[in-house]
Amino acid sequence: MVKSGTLILHTAARILMPLQLLFAVFLLLRGHDEPGGGFIAGLVAAGGFTLYLFAYGISATREVLRMVDPRDLIGVGLLLGMISVFPAWFFDQPFLTAQWWTIPGIDFTASTPLIFDIGVFLAVLGSVLAMVMTLMEVDKDEP
Amino acid sequence: MEPLMAVVIGLIYAAAIFMMLRRSIVKLVIGLMLLSNAANLLIFTSAGMTRGAPPLIPETLVEPLGTVADPLPQAVVLTAIVIAFGVLAFAVVLIRRAYEIVKADDLDKMKETDT
Amino acid sequence: MMQIAVLSGFVLAAFAPLLYRWLGQRTAAIMALYPLAIVVWLLAQWSTVVTGGEPVWLEMAWVPGMDITLTFLIDGLALLFGLLIAGIGVLVLVYAGEYLRGHPDLPRFLAIITAFMMSMLGLVLADNLVTLFVFWELTSITSYLLIGFNHTDISARKAALQGLFVTVAGGLALMAGVVMLGVAGESWSLAELTTRGDQLRSHALYTPMLICLLLGAFTKSAQFPFHFWLPNAMAAPTPVSAYLHSATMVKAGIYLMARLQPSLGGTDLWVVTLSLVGGVTMFTGAFLAVRHTNVKKLLAYSTIMALGTLTMLLGIGTEGALIAFVTFLLAHSLYKGALFMVAGILDHETGTKDVTAMGGLRALMPITAGVALVAALSLAGVPPLLGFIGKELMLDSVMNASHYKALLLLLAFMAAILTIAVAAIVALRPFFGEQRQTPRAAHEAPLAMLFGPAVLAGASLLLGLVPGSLDRLVGVTVAGIGAAGADVHLALWHGINLPLLLSLAALALGWVTYRRWDRVRARLAYLDPLMARGPEAAYDAVMLGVAGGAEWQTRLLQNGYMRNYVLVMVATLIALLGNSLLLRHSPEIAFQLDVHFHEAVVVSLMAMAALFATITRSRLGAVASVGIMGFSIALTFILFSAPDLGITQLLVETLTVILLVLVLFRLPRFASLSTPLERIRDLLVAGSMGVLITLLVLTSWGIDQFIPISGYMVDNSVPLAHGRNIVNVILVDYRALDTLGEIFVLALAAIGVVAMLKLRAAKPTDETKGRSDG
Repeated sequence: MVKSGTLILHTAARILMPLQLLFAVFLLLRGHDEPGGGFIAGLVAAGGFTLYLFAYGISATREVLRMVDPRDLIGVGLLLGMISVFPAWFFDQPFLTAQWWTIPGIDFTASTPLIFDIGVFLAVLGSVLAMVMTLMEVDKDEP
Repeated sequence: MEPLMAVVIGLIYAAAIFMMLRRSIVKLVIGLMLLSNAANLLIFTSAGMTRGAPPLIPETLVEPLGTVADPLPQAVVLTAIVIAFGVLAFAVVLIRRAYEIVKADDLDKMKETDT
Repeated sequence: MMQIAVLSGFVLAAFAPLLYRWLGQRTAAIMALYPLAIVVWLLAQWSTVVTGGEPVWLEMAWVPGMDITLTFLIDGLALLFGLLIAGIGVLVLVYAGEYLRGHPDLPRFLAIITAFMMSMLGLVLADNLVTLFVFWELTSITSYLLIGFNHTDISARKAALQGLFVTVAGGLALMAGVVMLGVAGESWSLAELTTRGDQLRSHALYTPMLICLLLGAFTKSAQFPFHFWLPNAMAAPTPVSAYLHSATMVKAGIYLMARLQPSLGGTDLWVVTLSLVGGVTMFTGAFLAVRHTNVKKLLAYSTIMALGTLTMLLGIGTEGALIAFVTFLLAHSLYKGALFMVAGILDHETGTKDVTAMGGLRALMPITAGVALVAALSLAGVPPLLGFIGKELMLDSVMNASHYKALLLLLAFMAAILTIAVAAIVALRPFFGEQRQTPRAAHEAPLAMLFGPAVLAGASLLLGLVPGSLDRLVGVTVAGIGAAGADVHLALWHGINLPLLLSLAALALGWVTYRRWDRVRARLAYLDPLMARGPEAAYDAVMLGVAGGAEWQTRLLQNGYMRNYVLVMVATLIALLGNSLLLRHSPEIAFQLDVHFHEAVVVSLMAMAALFATITRSRLGAVASVGIMGFSIALTFILFSAPDLGITQLLVETLTVILLVLVLFRLPRFASLSTPLERIRDLLVAGSMGVLITLLVLTSWGIDQFIPISGYMVDNSVPLAHGRNIVNVILVDYRALDTLGEIFVLALAAIGVVAMLKLRAAKPTDETKGRSDG
């Protein structure tokens, strides 16, 4: 699948993709306090994969993704979104009321908004990837 | 700033609707993209435009320093941008499939339901 | 808690098909234990509600923000209805298990009828108007499914749809009435509204509110001129007719009117409307009954007669009339349920519903004959049955009516004569006289089918013999519907008085009518052309009109031309927007042009990109200009304090380019297909839309209709939501439900794309290829 004359693209994609994913996670986690968040992080990560997709083609990207089908990411994302709906219920509050748990030892606070934002991240990433990858697969089938 | 934006938004709306009224399917797609951009700008502008005061709260503070831009329309527009992309992708693929089957780029030839 | 019981009943209904797989034919009888438990529970409240005279409150929140509760209020009226619904429900389930034995759709039947039972219980127990309405609509839907149970039969489907349309149309009116009632009474609690009668009756909305509520009640309870759906609903299996269309659902409207009697009753409008509509329905029902030979139709029309009587009694509204109302209601539920089940037995055993085709069945099915006779005597109002007491009280209160006394008495007397004839036709014609050959060889019904009618007929007899046992229940019920402190003494013998003499005369004339029934029917056949122009014809005309209108507007608006749709939508939008913007508000434009140079550059870039996209002849040019526009929009966002938006726009713009590269260039080139005239028209439409939008932005900018809620969001972002990026806090916390919906939309779009590309139908055939070439 590797096409000739795209050395820069290949090298860039190889280096950029992990960086972009790392950056996406960074954007995701800091999103509650600084610009960023699930939508943006999802788009950045999707951009990273798309770059790789253009450089190395569909099967190589599937290998990078290992067993994860983008459609599963959509499902997991929606599921996480739904999961964060319920905890408030157990504390006798209206649905979706944010819950905060400080994890002792490390300086980190887990919360339902964070779970929700991760859900948004995965849903956006999964949706964009599913669209782009399907389109490229179809293109490959029908030159 | 807002009066200028109002004129530009009106212009983009007009361009979008003109494109959506064409018979060529590709023009329809362009019209759709223009329309979603225009709508986002409309919501963003109606809330008033503020320079250099993003709705962020500095660290260690509880409230932002001074007035900040209205965050609500921003949140609304943010999701709208992403959804507009999703809908655009859907529309584009739908049109592509329709074109593959009907092999006509004239929307007026796509009125039969049984092709 | 009763609420949990009712709600779990729906769950039980959903599991009926599964239970049927495990339990087989016994499922119905086992499921009948559920309403039986409810009966026992309700009886346990007897000492509080009836003996103590104190209603039982079961409070439960539902939508506290909108003052909607699931609170159940069990007073006399609710207890009476609840016992009838659950009690007859037990009998009907047992009966239906036998009646539909081996029917492939029996599990579906059990599921729906249990769901109906729970809806009906919720309806009569609910204290909240909104909850009542929800259960009300649920009964309409389940009734629709039950009438159309034999869904392969077109007439059953039509009847089901007719019942649904009529009751749901009434339901719409009811909804409007309920809202007006809640607003005028400043409460959604029925118990609360009962104490606000004066406030409601003097309210400006009283008349429209009453009309809407009564439309709901009249359609549900098959009052003239909406009575026609009920006989057609006899397409349902007989257990359904016995349950929904005589004992329970059709009484929902009656229940509502009784409930509202203390809040809305007593005015001239109420008294005249209810007594006249009730009186006319009563006579119409009885009169139309004798035209029919189908035993179920006979009973259906006599049910309309009874429903009319009940409405009329509520209209008269005196203490005596309300006592008569409760007694008649109870008596009717008992004997009509029994008679319908007998009708089912006859149909089941003989294979026909036509009473003229039956005869002499007494010898073959003696128990059925006995049950039918007892129930029919109660229907005819013969002592010592409960029906007799009800009818005496009814005649007595009609004689004491304040409005249209003579007319009502005449209608009641004629209805009584005809009802006696109907009772005789149903109970005597099939069982006495010479034996006739029926399509199926008749023999006695199985025990499970005899059980229900026997219990109901037995109760009619027993309660008639010791009517004193009902005094307290009737007293408490009457107290809840506007006659507090009534002294109730039901008795068989009141001495020789006018009602008794009228009863005797009606009995004699009714007997004569029965003896000459065949001749009467032949005479009435002359009226057939007139009958064809009844309210049902009006219903048919309306339905045809609706279909015609739909066809017309489809041809006009949905003709398959894409740009026609866009044109219609945009033109409508221009009309609506222009109307409110230019005619209602004069746009106040405050010019305050404060533009920096770099901002002007970015914005004009946007404008030029939009213009270029419309005039360019190349796809690439258009896509590029839209891209330029997207990037300048992103810049605008960043310049005007929206960093998150700017980043999102940039990323989406990049992905859009990728998307278009993948797809758009597989699509054809731009083509010029429109005529110059069309272009000018489109330009005008698009231009006026653009101008209106500009005006809209200019106007809306200066207007604050409401206090913005973003102040709250800014203030609480750190203290409550622990986040310093307010936009993100809104997305994942304040308005997380919206975001949840939005990621679902995005996911659906993605799934749609995958499905369209991956799941392919057969390749285009030669035919379609040929067409596109040509």
